[in-house]
Amino acid sequence: MLKFILRRILIMIPQLFLLSVLIFLLAKAMPGDALTGQLAANPKMDPQTLEEMREKLGLNDPVHIQYIRWVKNMLQGDLGLSYTHQQPVTDLLAGRVGNTVLLSAAILVLTYLIAIPLGIVSGRWTDTWADKLIVGYSYIGYATPLFIFALIMLFVFGFHLGWFPTGGSVDIQVEEGTLAYYLSKLNHLMLPALSGALINTVGIIQYLRSEIIDTKVKDFVKTARAKGVPERQIYWRHILRNSFLPIAAFLGYEITGLIGGSVFLESIYSYPGLGQLFLQSIMQRDYSVVTALVMISGVATLVGTLLSDIILSAVDPRIRIE
Amino acid sequence: MKIEVNRPAPVEIAAEKSPSALSIMWRELVRDRLALVSLIILSVILLIVYGASIFLDQEEIVKVDFLAIYSPPSAEHWLGTDYGGRDVFGQLIIGARNSFTIGLAITLITGAIGLVVGLVAGYFGGWIDNVIMRIIDFILVLPFLMLVIVFVAIVPKYNVATFILIMSAFLWTGKARLIRAKTLAERELDYVSASKTLGTPDWKIILFQILPNLSSIIIVNLTLNLAGNIGIESGLTYLGFGLPESTPSLGTLVSYATNPDVLQNKWWVWLPASLLILVMMLCINFIGQALKRAADARQRLG
Repeated sequence: MLKFILRRILIMIPQLFLLSVLIFLLAKAMPGDALTGQLAANPKMDPQTLEEMREKLGLNDPVHIQYIRWVKNMLQGDLGLSYTHQQPVTDLLAGRVGNTVLLSAAILVLTYLIAIPLGIVSGRWTDTWADKLIVGYSYIGYATPLFIFALIMLFVFGFHLGWFPTGGSVDIQVEEGTLAYYLSKLNHLMLPALSGALINTVGIIQYLRSEIIDTKVKDFVKTARAKGVPERQIYWRHILRNSFLPIAAFLGYEITGLIGGSVFLESIYSYPGLGQLFLQSIMQRDYSVVTALVMISGVATLVGTLLSDIILSAVDPRIRIE
Repeated sequence: MKIEVNRPAPVEIAAEKSPSALSIMWRELVRDRLALVSLIILSVILLIVYGASIFLDQEEIVKVDFLAIYSPPSAEHWLGTDYGGRDVFGQLIIGARNSFTIGLAITLITGAIGLVVGLVAGYFGGWIDNVIMRIIDFILVLPFLMLVIVFVAIVPKYNVATFILIMSAFLWTGKARLIRAKTLAERELDYVSASKTLGTPDWKIILFQILPNLSSIIIVNLTLNLAGNIGIESGLTYLGFGLPESTPSLGTLVSYATNPDVLQNKWWVWLPASLLILVMMLCINFIGQALKRAADARQRLG
């Protein structure tokens, strides 16, 4: 097991390196450099000083030296300066990251809350009307693009029925720290989280359904039934135990989807998180923020995949062999 | 006396040729009512879209008319007009055509790359396989959506062709991995070893023996991918990082809904396009699911 984990981490190191090189090269290809921000703040800077500052900041150094410096700064938490917001990127992200994490967590919790019961019902009572409904829902959910579903949810529940707020992450009037503040936050969270979750459930429902259908005809289940184990226990103790752990392990793989989803959800519900910041920054050509966000998402995806691989291999030893 | 020799009727010795993968798929598709309905609906949509777009002039439709801004559906404009007074129905037709064509192009390009790479990696194995798989693993863990958006934003002279290229650069990996896995399994079978012993060159084994056995999986995968690609394209266009504004897509119409007033009060601008994307994706998916069942002998309807 330890050997597997070590090997898995060793695979990740070149991936991390390649990712950083790719993003560094992209950052170089973006118009403007670290000084563009200062130039915007102070347009009267004369070319002579500008050139001196370039030299001082090392922007005239060879590319590989710049790359090493960039990585070093990143590791120390220095992600550069945002020129539209005139503040360090780290501070800018810190103010937003909470919202995105909250939204992603809410999507995950709702996904599991909806998907697990539906998957069990569908797998246990196959070919009943309930199963057919659930399978129908999972087909439609699989085919529906998130952004269209989210828009229709916003249109119906936000604008037409007026049950939920249509934008933002919290009411402006409420005071931070009070109960009303948290309730308002929750209220703003519900619609985006629900939109994300209802689309996100599909994979888990289909997985759970086919797992249960496969397992319930296996010999050990027949044995349990022959011994007179009550049906309830057969499902909880014998069938589901095998299916639940992989579902928990999928959590890391979900990160990729959550990052992509947050870009759409946050832009549709004008929810002030990292996804919205990413879109705004790229439209305002605030490339230091863009670079930082892509790098963070890339690292998050890598770490998520790593965690899932490790958990899965702990659960299912067959994976370790390969 | 003539002896009547009771000759047995000539038995058809040549056993009936087993039906080809394509004919099995077709039979299965027609037998599945949902898939058949989907196929009919999709064909009708595509006929209307491609047929009508011959008569519609893209230049004419994207021309701004300030006298008819946001007019609701009427006899003249079947689905009303948008913020520039442009006919929504015309944009819907052109948009659907562009979305479908580009989705198809991406599917075919990524399918071709995935097929070649997957076959080569799976058949030859060894270090070629190792290198290719490392590259694929790397691309698969990249934050796809964000990188595409960054590429679209910084590519100079951005147009439809570059968009297709950028998308294809990321999307071939899943297919390559699938085809590699199947080729790997196929390679171990007796017919391949027999062919090798007989001295058949590798390229002939790959093209004429392994490839036909993978055809059903490839068709299923491409069909399901087509739906996905249309979704990704319209999603990116919705965000403003898909097709340029001169070539409207269904996502362009949906993107007008970023204006809350349009979303709330002018449903005719964005809702038809959203529903059309939904219907097309559902139809393609239902067809794909039926093909998937057809490709798996255990799940066939009969």
